Order: sequence, then C-alpha cells, then structure tokens
Amino acid sequence: MNETSLNISIREVTKKYDQFYALKDVSLEINSGEFMTLLGPSGSGKTTLLMVLAGFTNPDYGSVKFGDEEVILKPPHLRGIGMVFQNYALFPHMTVEQNVGYPQKLRGVSTAETKRSVEEALSTVKLEGLGHRGINELSGGQRQRVALARAIVFKPKILLMDEPLSALDKKLREEMQIELRQLHDTLNMTTVYVTHDQKEALTMSDRITVINDGELMQLGRPNEIYEHPNNHFIADFIGESSLLPVTVRNGKASLNGEEVTLAEGAERSGDFLLVVRPEKAFLADKKVKGSNYFVGKLIDSIFQGESQLLVVKLSSRDDGHEVRVRVPNESVTQKALPLVGENVTIGLKVADSYVVS
Amino acid sequence: MTIAEMEKPNERGLQKVAANERLTFFGLTLPYLLMVTALIVIPVGWLFYLSFIGRDGSLSFENYERMMKSKAYIRIFLTTFKISILTTIICAAIGYPLAYFMSQLSRKWANICMIGVLIPFWTSLLVRTYAWLVLLQKKGLLNNMAIEMGLISEPIKIVHNTTGTLIGMVHIMLPFLILPLYANMRAIDKDTLKAASSLGATPTRAFWTVFFPLSLPGLLAGLLIVFVLCLGFYVTPAILGGGRVIMAAMKISSNIELYFSWGAASALGVVLLVVTGIILFIASKLVSMDQLGNR
Repeated sequence: MNETSLNISIREVTKKYDQFYALKDVSLEINSGEFMTLLGPSGSGKTTLLMVLAGFTNPDYGSVKFGDEEVILKPPHLRGIGMVFQNYALFPHMTVEQNVGYPQKLRGVSTAETKRSVEEALSTVKLEGLGHRGINELSGGQRQRVALARAIVFKPKILLMDEPLSALDKKLREEMQIELRQLHDTLNMTTVYVTHDQKEALTMSDRITVINDGELMQLGRPNEIYEHPNNHFIADFIGESSLLPVTVRNGKASLNGEEVTLAEGAERSGDFLLVVRPEKAFLADKKVKGSNYFVGKLIDSIFQGESQLLVVKLSSRDDGHEVRVRVPNESVTQKALPLVGENVTIGLKVADSYVVS
Repeated sequence: MTIAEMEKPNERGLQKVAANERLTFFGLTLPYLLMVTALIVIPVGWLFYLSFIGRDGSLSFENYERMMKSKAYIRIFLTTFKISILTTIICAAIGYPLAYFMSQLSRKWANICMIGVLIPFWTSLLVRTYAWLVLLQKKGLLNNMAIEMGLISEPIKIVHNTTGTLIGMVHIMLPFLILPLYANMRAIDKDTLKAASSLGATPTRAFWTVFFPLSLPGLLAGLLIVFVLCLGFYVTPAILGGGRVIMAAMKISSNIELYFSWGAASALGVVLLVVTGIILFIASKLVSMDQLGNR
C-alpha cells in the first residue's frame, strides 16, 4: 500500500428492495492504485454498489473496508472519497474556482494553499485560466473536467466515478477515456469506475467486474473477460458475438450434426453455445486444417468504414442461425467481397473456438 | 436576366408563410392587449390624473401635500409596512421549512402535501377570514379550549388587533410563498447535495453552502409576491383588525365611500403603486429574472 491510495475490500454486500435484490452477496477486492470498472447493463446493481462505497446507500448487511478501516457505518462526508457524478453535480451558484476549492474550504485549508491546489487541479484537467468562469458558461466537456478537478483537489485516496462520460458525444468521450486513464496513472489513486459501455470498460480498466442482476458475474483483466467469458451473458455483453448452439458428447462437439473442434470446453457433456467473434471469423476459399468451417448464404453486407460487416445465414436442416463476420477494410479484400445472396464459407480457427454455457 | 435577379425557389411563398405566422401570434395576443388597455392602462391613467385634481377642480398637488403633512396618513403607511413586513417574515419562517420538507418527499407524497397547501388557497378569502374570527374571538374556540385546559384564566385578546390581523394574513399568504419556493427547491439537483457531502460537508454545512443559496431565487420570488400582495390587502385586516389596524387599502376605500374624495384616494393609490414599483425594481436587481428562469 502506498500513500496516495487505499485498497478496498467488499464483503457479502447485500441490498434488497422488496423481493428484488439490487446486490446479492457481492464480495470483491480492489487493489490499491487499481483502476477497477464496475460494468453491467442498466439496473444491474453497479451504481448501487458504487453508492454503497460512497455511503449514499446503506446495504442490508455487508462490509466495506478502505485499507484496514471498516467504513460501512460512516456517513459519506467522513469517508474522504472523491466522487464524480453522472450529471457532474457542480454547484451552479459558484464559479469554477469556488467549485474546485469547495472541499479545501471545508477542510479549513488556508486561502493561499487552496488557491495553489485549485490551480494545480485545474491544470491537471487542462482547464488553466477558466477559474473565474461561471458553470453555465462551460461546455459539457469542460463541466466534466471541473467535476473531476473538484474530486481530486484534496488528493483523496479513492476516486469514485459514476458513468462520468455518458453525457458527452462519442468523439469527446473516446478522448476523455484515454485522458482519464492517463490521469489515473499520474495520480495513482484507487479508482472505481461505473459504466454500461463495455468498450469504455475495456479501454480504461486494469480489471473489470461484470455485474448483472445484483450478482458478480466475472472479475478479470479486460483481455481475460473478452477472450474467456464465463457464460453467454458476458460473451454477448462484452464485444460483439454470434452464439451458436452446440452439443458436446464424449469430448466431441457438434453443430447441427457437423463436428466442431474446440480449443477448450469439450470436457463436459451437454448443450453449450459456440462464441463466434465477428473479427475472428473469416471468409474461406478452401478448407485447411486447424479451422472449423460453416457454410451459409450471405444475407446482408454493411459498409462500416474501417470494416465490412457480413451477415451470413448458416445452411442447416432447421432454421439457420446467423453469424456475423467482420472483414477489415483493405483494398484487396474489399474487391473480393461476395455479393448478397451468394453462398459463402466461413472459417473459425480452432484456437478461437470455445463454448460457454 | 442575371442569376442574382432570378427568384430563389419558393422564396416568396416562404416569406408569406412567415408573415402569416407573425399575424397569427399578434392575433392571439390581441384579446389580452385590449383587456389590459381597457381595464388597467386607462383606469390607472385616470386615477393618476385624478390624484392631481384639487377640491376646486383645478390642477394641484394638494392631495399629496395633505398626505405628507397628516400624521394619520403617515401612521397608515407605517402600519401598512409593518403588517406587510411581519406577515412576509412569518410566512418565510413557516413556509421555508415546509417547502423544504415537501421537496425532499417523493412526488406522490409531495403532491398530497401540496393539496393540503392548496385547499385553503382555493377556499374563499372571506370564508377563511370569518372562520378565523370565529376561532379567535373572546368566546371563540381557541380561548374556550385554553381556559378549559387551564392554560389561561381570562380570555386573551387575539382578534380585532394586530395579532389577529397577522394570523389571518399569514394563513392567506402562505401558499403564495410556498408555491414558487417549492417549485424552485424541486428543481435543485439532489446530486449537488450528495456531491457536497462526498467532498466532506456535514449535512448542515451542505444545506447552508449549497441548498440554501440555490433556493434563494424561489424564496425571494415568494417573499416579493407576499409582500406586494400584503401592501394592497383589504378584506382580512378590515375584518380581523376590527378597525384598529388601518392599512392603505382601507383608507382608500373610506376616502371614497365616506368622503367621496376621489382625489385623495387616487393619490394614496398612486403612492402605493410607486412604492410597489420601487420594491419590484430593487428585487429584480437582486435576483435577475434570468436566474429565476434558469433552473
């Protein structure tokens, strides 16, 4: 543990509203200085968990420790966390400077020191010289930065962020993702970040906690979660994927009677779903060893700039499933693209073939 | 014909559409403009003119001079301001906590509370004023109860004086303070209070540094409405004051009904109008209309 951050230890946190569990026995460890993202669809409980950390929601039971200190019974103003809200929650009756200086004033920091720390925080978020502006004179991106400066000015050891980029347009959002990550690396405070945007989570996090229906579904580094999803919910939620039903018997998997070779997951028998990531599937001219092949008819071909998305309906006895294939935009492949209505063969390397339940 | 002289596609048609729209908007405001002219501009102008007409029918300042010199008039103005200021302050003291409480409730419960605020508001002013008379009089409900409970031995005088007038006026004015204040408080982003608290503010500190300043536009709007309405209030002080509390509006009425002195009544009205105007002007400097609207 270093001096600028604290680890967070969450144990059995449970919150029930009538018959509905907002959080169900959630336990997880967040390392000191880590950028942890709580990822889940809306209503999954991720924001509730963040509010429990901040102290705005009391769970029915459970423990939250910052470092070695139990904080669950402490009111929010004694927890010493920095927090950035979804709609920024800036004080509209104060200037930028007054907003950022607010936590310092509460802490009885001297005027000179407050001025210095406010300037430092504003320069950290690249808002130098805007201190005298009113909040209503700022753009959305600038407000976002003020909210961030206000949350870091007193150098909290833990920073909580509740979907802070959701109100920004796509381009600014993507810029801010990189910037927030760099800021975290500079300040090194433990950061808990809530989002429903899986791409944002993959871009920014050291580790991701996927939450659904109040339960922790998977915890891991971004590439672990993407490459080895625990179940079909995560396979579907993180990244794009086509899920094809396969049956595994005696270590052999089959899709509509045709054998599929799996890299992993053939140990157990039963019904599973084969995860086909569009960027891992490819158009095949000829079948070579080391890949699985599926035959189907191209039913849609969509130009998306950096790639062409092909929707292929698999030929099979029952109603064919659809598989999406992403072909990178290179001049050679663009020329060779099949036409809608043509029959195509899709390949998927054995190494990329795995099933989830 | 050059390109510049050629007509752009549909240029004239679209200009006609725009002109029709302007005409429609003017047509919609016309009834109101006519009403304001007939019922406000002309009568007020007429009063203004009357206030400069002396007893002999010539142009003079005598109505105003008499007002400045007469102690009775000065006392009436002092009473008017005293009652108005006290009513406004008491309304704020009662109304602010109530509006705050309501703003923290869920919409459903807040609406139920709001009905409680509005039912008296919808009841006739005269009915409510007489109801207070019944409650407060010497052998009224309040005195009887207090005597039976042994709190007092003699009935106390709480009507036909300033106290009675204040009780009645506060009751009638309270909704006017609560309505704008509550609307303002509702619009305050609750996350700003959470933010203050996450940044280290105790609930009390968060209230005074964030909530209260953000509720000021609503509070000032409410105070202003109440104060201005009090200045011209007639029925309640007339009934509950029992002739001992004489406010400007009552003097205007008696000038006309008893003395047929339209000039004196008009002069009083003009002074009241000017004072109200000055107060509104100062208030608008304190809270820009902008701020009131920017929620």
